Amino acid sequence: MNLTTLRAALPLALSKLNPRLMIHSPVMFTVLIGSILCTAVSIQQLILGSSTAVFSFSVTVWLWLTVLFGNLAESIAEGRGKAQADSLRSARTSVMARRRSSALVPAGQLAGGEPDYEEEMVPGTDLVVGDMVIVVAGELIPSDGDVIEGLASVDESAITGESAPVIRESGGDRSSVTGGTMVLSDRIVVRITAASGKTFLDRMISLVEGATRQKTPNEIALNVLLASLTIVFVVAIMTLAPMAAFANALPSPVVLVALVVCLIPTTIGALVPAIGIAGMDRLIQRNVLATSGRAVETAGDVTTLLLDKTGTITYGNRRAVAFIAADGVSEEELIETARLSSLADETPEGRSIVELADERTEGVEAGGLGATQTLSADVEIIEFSATTRMSGLNLPVGHPANPGTTIREVRKGAGSAVERYVSERGGMLPAEVQQAVETISGTGGTPLLVASHNGERAQILGVIHLADVVKPGMKERFAELRAMGIKTIMITGDNKITAAAIAAEAGVDDFVAEATPEDKLAVIKAEQESGRLVAMTGDGTNDAPALAAADVGVAMNSGTSAAKEAANMVDLDSDPTKLIDIVGIGKQLLITRGSLTTFSVANDVAKYFAIVPALFAATFPGLGLLNIMGLSSPESAILSAVIFNALIIVLLVPLALRGVKYRAVSAAQALSRNLLVYGLGGMIAPFVGIKAIDLVLSLFPTIG
Amino acid sequence: MELHAFALTTQLVILIVTLGALHQPMGKYLAATFSSHKHLAVERGLYKLSGVEPRADQHWKVYLRSLVAFSLVSIVALIAFQLLQGVLPFNQGLGSVDPWVAMNTAISFVTNTNWQTYAPETTLGFGVQMLGLAVQNFLSAAVGLAVVVALIRGLVRSQTSNLGNFWVDLTRGALRVLLPISIIGAVVLIITGVVQNWGGTDIHTLVTGAQQTVPGGPVASQEVIKLLGTNGGGYFNANSAHPFENPNALSNLFEVFLILLIPFSLPAMYGRMVGDKRQGYTLLTVMSAFWLISTALMGWALAAFAGTGTSVGEGLEQRFGANGTALFATATTLTSTGAVNAAHDSLPPLAGGLAMVNMMLGEVAPGGVGSGLYGLLVLSVVAVFIGGLMVGRTPEMLGKKVGAGQMKLVAVYILVTPTLVLLGTAITVSIPALAAAAPAQGPHGFSEVLYAFTSAANNNGSAFGGITSSGPALATMLALAMFFGRFLPIALVLALAGSFAKQRKIPNTAGTLATHGPLFAVLLGGIVLILTALTYFPALALGPAAEGLLK
Repeated sequence: MNLTTLRAALPLALSKLNPRLMIHSPVMFTVLIGSILCTAVSIQQLILGSSTAVFSFSVTVWLWLTVLFGNLAESIAEGRGKAQADSLRSARTSVMARRRSSALVPAGQLAGGEPDYEEEMVPGTDLVVGDMVIVVAGELIPSDGDVIEGLASVDESAITGESAPVIRESGGDRSSVTGGTMVLSDRIVVRITAASGKTFLDRMISLVEGATRQKTPNEIALNVLLASLTIVFVVAIMTLAPMAAFANALPSPVVLVALVVCLIPTTIGALVPAIGIAGMDRLIQRNVLATSGRAVETAGDVTTLLLDKTGTITYGNRRAVAFIAADGVSEEELIETARLSSLADETPEGRSIVELADERTEGVEAGGLGATQTLSADVEIIEFSATTRMSGLNLPVGHPANPGTTIREVRKGAGSAVERYVSERGGMLPAEVQQAVETISGTGGTPLLVASHNGERAQILGVIHLADVVKPGMKERFAELRAMGIKTIMITGDNKITAAAIAAEAGVDDFVAEATPEDKLAVIKAEQESGRLVAMTGDGTNDAPALAAADVGVAMNSGTSAAKEAANMVDLDSDPTKLIDIVGIGKQLLITRGSLTTFSVANDVAKYFAIVPALFAATFPGLGLLNIMGLSSPESAILSAVIFNALIIVLLVPLALRGVKYRAVSAAQALSRNLLVYGLGGMIAPFVGIKAIDLVLSLFPTIG
Repeated sequence: MELHAFALTTQLVILIVTLGALHQPMGKYLAATFSSHKHLAVERGLYKLSGVEPRADQHWKVYLRSLVAFSLVSIVALIAFQLLQGVLPFNQGLGSVDPWVAMNTAISFVTNTNWQTYAPETTLGFGVQMLGLAVQNFLSAAVGLAVVVALIRGLVRSQTSNLGNFWVDLTRGALRVLLPISIIGAVVLIITGVVQNWGGTDIHTLVTGAQQTVPGGPVASQEVIKLLGTNGGGYFNANSAHPFENPNALSNLFEVFLILLIPFSLPAMYGRMVGDKRQGYTLLTVMSAFWLISTALMGWALAAFAGTGTSVGEGLEQRFGANGTALFATATTLTSTGAVNAAHDSLPPLAGGLAMVNMMLGEVAPGGVGSGLYGLLVLSVVAVFIGGLMVGRTPEMLGKKVGAGQMKLVAVYILVTPTLVLLGTAITVSIPALAAAAPAQGPHGFSEVLYAFTSAANNNGSAFGGITSSGPALATMLALAMFFGRFLPIALVLALAGSFAKQRKIPNTAGTLATHGPLFAVLLGGIVLILTALTYFPALALGPAAEGLLK
């Protein structure tokens, strides 16, 4: 918050003084009514030349400021979204779309041999759902849709902020494109899935602007409580008038209004909208779009996380983690051969073998290794095929890595395939290697055998251990989640043994192996049946039912439109790990709300001690004993309380926007901390604040 | 009066030990009583006679309708009984009761308030006392039990709107809980010296020639249910300050024990019914803390300010002293009993103020039979709401979500009593003719009015007796405060129970706010103090504080 944002928010805050808008916040509406009343009374006193007019005016001004500060908090929160919306809007410039009409171009007019359709240029806003448009390199995609033909690299930076282009292709889970993004290469045909004005970009703009903001269920419940507290205090003070009159100590209406405003929970009442907007904003800043504030709130309640193993818990690809040499084979020889066999293997597994080999031989004086570093043209590459289930190289005679006189074959592959290959060439599978294969399989890893054949007997050199690697830090995060009472379930297509091993390594609470999309849905239903709230991520079309069933479904932006449609959040970075952050943001939103409510209510104690003696000490001197703060005069005491009440709103705006600091701890720890800081702190802070303001006010003789 | 800290502590320890020993067995018995599927022979007879189907599980609306219908019929019957006293038997020559007083008294006894706008010895005979008022003493307390049991069922059950059967709960509360304990209690009271006879009023001629009227009657049997059911309407006008109702220190201690027995046992019942004893212990801790602190403060205020304000020693029983008075006055105002062993009007101003604060807490520490626990459970919902947010979850109470629907009911519940108290007081003091009913000058007169409405709306029944409430206007206003102070909260509690019952239960996790343990107790205590008592701060400042704080 700085002066610029303040200045930008001020006009908006003033326009929010409209009573028809204010009535939605019962607390602040009460302050507004009080301010109007006090203004009238002050003017009347001024006309009558009453000696208390200056005091009344001072109180009135601060009451108006209280209302204004409340609106300002909301405006600042909204302003932060506005800037973002403006930059998004610039991407929504209207474009001309090349619509493909259903009629084919008559034969004979074609330049090429392929049949083609007629094209017509129409404004992007005229497109309807189901239209096919052609987009070529350098053009903006006119609206949301699915690629039905072709493949293209697309620049989505307008939406994701990520400058690296992404590939979009027909079929599969990477077919969705977003209106306003640009095709960088090639040509695609897109079937439009969103009408103009309802595109992803449009939704995003209205979300960040808060145009579609509705009160969330919890916000409504909180407002009910706040309204009830407001009514209680209005009743208490309105009935105080006749009671005080009975004691011949009737205070002026301005003082009574001041007392009402101080007692009703203005602090939280003023900050509730800002807290809600800021919660959405925090999600947007992390490149997550929620379809409603309700979804953010629900995220805080989630008790079960459904996490895909691949990409979320592990890196997604099996990586080489160890080389186990057969008896009589040196480790160097195994590593060297394994590296050779994978040199031409461009799969992630293959590359990981080369990387591990380089890592292991680093610093070791490379004997023959240097020779194996590059592939020359005469090396025959044996590609992996489903029938042989092996890959490798045939090294010609004279190749630096082939000291022999015949062609040297190096192979790596699945256990049974390599065993057959070797036995056909007179070799056999050594027992200790067999042992190693079984051990690796038992722990969920994948064993690859490495073999070499140079015309004589083929030989198995050893085993490469491939394993899924759990991302660093995941175990700790899952432990945190467990402390917060959130259960994690890992979903994987792997077999049970592999899944169990990864689950144990990552420390998840449960796992589903050999899972189908239907299994996901079943797990969600089962969890919900037992009363738990489930969050999950997904990207494929077949994830859509599960995403829709989950209480919080986060679709990856790279996913299909069906997935995005079914989810209630979209992660623009397509980072499934973010689900954990989303839960944190939801919790933080609720914690901020609760803590500031506690603070607001706890403040009342001090305000009573400031105002009640000020009201009645003149009639009943004994009540002066309640003036434990030693405030200088009744007028100063009342004004100090009112000023504190107004200023605390402004002081807490940054906290409301930033959110109360959130830690991944158990409920008991969170409660004890927040109760101490905001409950006890809320009790003490106004004593200090009011006294300080009183000290300043007492310098002005007209008031103090 | 002097405070003997040792004596007060000893009596407190005796109470703590006996209540501590009994609350779990009592809670177990209560839970079993309201969970059992078996009916006693006498109950079956009653159900058959009244045409009740005891196996019917009532929707919360039906439960509420039964309760209200029963109470309305009781009020009408009790009014008729009093108006027709002159022609009914056992009237000991007393005639028809003044209609305003009859109306006020009927509502007062049906709402478990037992505000006494009449002087019993000169107004009511055995008949009305035993067959009218005493019956209501049992039934109104049983109604309170039924409501809290229904609320707990709402928390325990899931995916239903049914809360049990009001008629069964009412019958069991009266027959299986209140009646047996009353019989034992009456015997103990008689042993301590409380009278029990059919002698009516004796007239003795004293040596000096002056005539002394000594009323007798079935006192012990009335006395026991007056206290056990947190009713408070005494057989005599002087209530438990009368030597025939409360003759000595032993009877005094036993009477305090009777007042506290059921309210302090209900948390144990609650814990058992929800299947987690810790829940009960936590509420018990909050209740006990308020009780002990308040008793200590009362003792201090009585001793330190003896002789200040209107308190010159008149109206206080010297045989009980500061200890016995503090013990009784605190227990009776914290429990909605309203029986008194001293004229509260004569308490030193700050002690009288404390008695008011005790009631203003909403009668939840430990509160009336049933009403105390349901009041505290409603405040627990508020604590859960705020606390739940503070741990980052949308709030839930024992696995039931606290959403906007629930908060609306709770919000109105919080509003009812303060509105009744403050509005009633404000109206009374702003109309000089009404204010004249409280004859005391200055803040004390105001305190008398404030006390009257606090007592009525919270269904306590004790009074700053200087006030005359038998006039049509005040009798009606106080009756309305009693009626709405009782039945609006009950309606809201049953609606809340219904809305909880409908929900599916959410399992507990480490992320759930625990509604047990010291942390929640502190939160709940703070909410009780800030949400209830603080509302009355300005009013209290004009009454007891203005009178008692002297510079």
